Amino acid sequence: MKILVCISHVPDTTSKINFTNNNTEFDSVGITFVINPYDEFGLTKAMHLKEKNGASITVINVGNKTTEPTLRKALAIGADTAIRIDADPTDANFVAQVISNYARNESYDLIITGKESIDYNGGLVPGLLATYLDMPFVNACIGFDLDGEKAQITREIDGGKEILEGRLPLLIAGQKGLVEEKDLRIPAMRGIMMARKKPLTIIKASDGTKYTSVVSYEMPEQKEACTMIDANQVEKLVEMLHEEAKVI
Amino acid sequence: MAILVYAESWNGIFKKASYEAVSYASQLAEKLGVNLIALTIANKDNPDILAMYGASRVITIADESMQTFSNQAYANAISQVADKEGVDIIVVSNTNNGKSLSPILSVKRKSCLISNVIGLPSSLEPFVLKTKAFSSKAFVNYNIENKNKIISITPNSVGITENKKIAETEKFEYVATDSDNRLISLSIKKSSGKILLTEADMVVSAGRGLKGPENWGMVEELAGLLGAATACSKPVSDIGWRSHSEHVGQTGIAINPQLYIAIGISGAIQHLAGVNASKNIVVINTDPDAPFFKAADYGIVGDAFEVVPKLIDALKSYQTNN
Repeated sequence: MKILVCISHVPDTTSKINFTNNNTEFDSVGITFVINPYDEFGLTKAMHLKEKNGASITVINVGNKTTEPTLRKALAIGADTAIRIDADPTDANFVAQVISNYARNESYDLIITGKESIDYNGGLVPGLLATYLDMPFVNACIGFDLDGEKAQITREIDGGKEILEGRLPLLIAGQKGLVEEKDLRIPAMRGIMMARKKPLTIIKASDGTKYTSVVSYEMPEQKEACTMIDANQVEKLVEMLHEEAKVI
Repeated sequence: MAILVYAESWNGIFKKASYEAVSYASQLAEKLGVNLIALTIANKDNPDILAMYGASRVITIADESMQTFSNQAYANAISQVADKEGVDIIVVSNTNNGKSLSPILSVKRKSCLISNVIGLPSSLEPFVLKTKAFSSKAFVNYNIENKNKIISITPNSVGITENKKIAETEKFEYVATDSDNRLISLSIKKSSGKILLTEADMVVSAGRGLKGPENWGMVEELAGLLGAATACSKPVSDIGWRSHSEHVGQTGIAINPQLYIAIGISGAIQHLAGVNASKNIVVINTDPDAPFFKAADYGIVGDAFEVVPKLIDALKSYQTNN
């Protein structure tokens, strides 16, 4: 079985976000980049499937060469090969198209992505990629079991969950639940050593359509100072929620 | 020309997010000087409600084969209606089902899909939309360079506004395609009676400060009194005290209710990211230096086991007197 895992290279969750150039560019100074947490659940799921059924795992990223440490980390966790499509991932449709143009001739049985990246949060690439490849698409996937070519897939829905059945090839966009937090793997020294020898191939981006461009970024408005209420006078809170905040 | 809005139903009943999507689409239609058509699929609710929020026509699809959601079939259906009506802007809700179908629709219609939208375009030429990004740590203004657009609205962000129209309701016969049944729905498990976190006006949330899952009774009681949804911090869902589906924060659900009450949550940057779009934040914590107080509107320093029962009593007496 051939599995493709899409990896976004994103600011660590503890990052303070800043912009430069009159709020038109993301400021990456001082930012630590990591594997997108949702993709990490996906990569771990791919490892589980490999250990159970045997599989080759390719990780792919669209980005410039600064994303290579993130791909190396994915190799150290256990992916077999890595692909970097050399382009700036500035538009979801563009990213989905260039990945699909690469993946179309590779006949992957399963493509796993995170449900969104924690930087731009669009959540668009998985479904666009699936559709460009004419694969069924399951979003917000929280469970996946494979029996031969037949898959049983659980997805989160508003107010519950749904169990679906499908056949490979498929694209699933995962999140916590696909594997648990405790299942996530930290690369071991041996894995890190081995990752240095694994192939990381750089390919040129195909043509793709960019539908959007960033005009500017904005920060949320600063909150006014917090109104502190004495723990023995909680009725004051109720009063303020009614009179001031007008929420009750 | 017209705008098409897909008004999603849940168990045959319109979602609150659908009223928001229709309200938004109707304001956009007025800005552009065009009519608004609303589409419903497998809906048992009264379609006339959509006219109240500005739809001047309502198209319904009621085919037997469409009673269960399929992202492929629903995307095809919306596309068929858009073709018939010559529509180039489609508005959907950024719900789980909306997110599942909109990318399929986008490729099918060569449309620019833009998600997490929180307001009307700030300019029409160029067409600029503001979206939530960086898990609510920031916003991005995008220029949409394509004529065909799909705008996916963040629930609880644009609000519901009345704009009464008189709408005709008509039926549309969906033409099924081969790809519709590649995924078969085996079963749906509903978490019954719960208020949807993403749509809730109020959310009561608790963290490790509660010491154990057995202490959630008071959280649920407080939420019940307010008609609020319940939520939790990441550590609480990681230890398994509460379900993953309640985890709000950077890698959980991002919410933007009118009122967010955080009990025993210190306010790590990852938690704040998912909740700081809430209009009013109340923080209850024993530690006066908890970082959450800096992001809060109202704060109480105190033991949750003393403060929350008092708050429940205060709310009860307020509700009795009002």
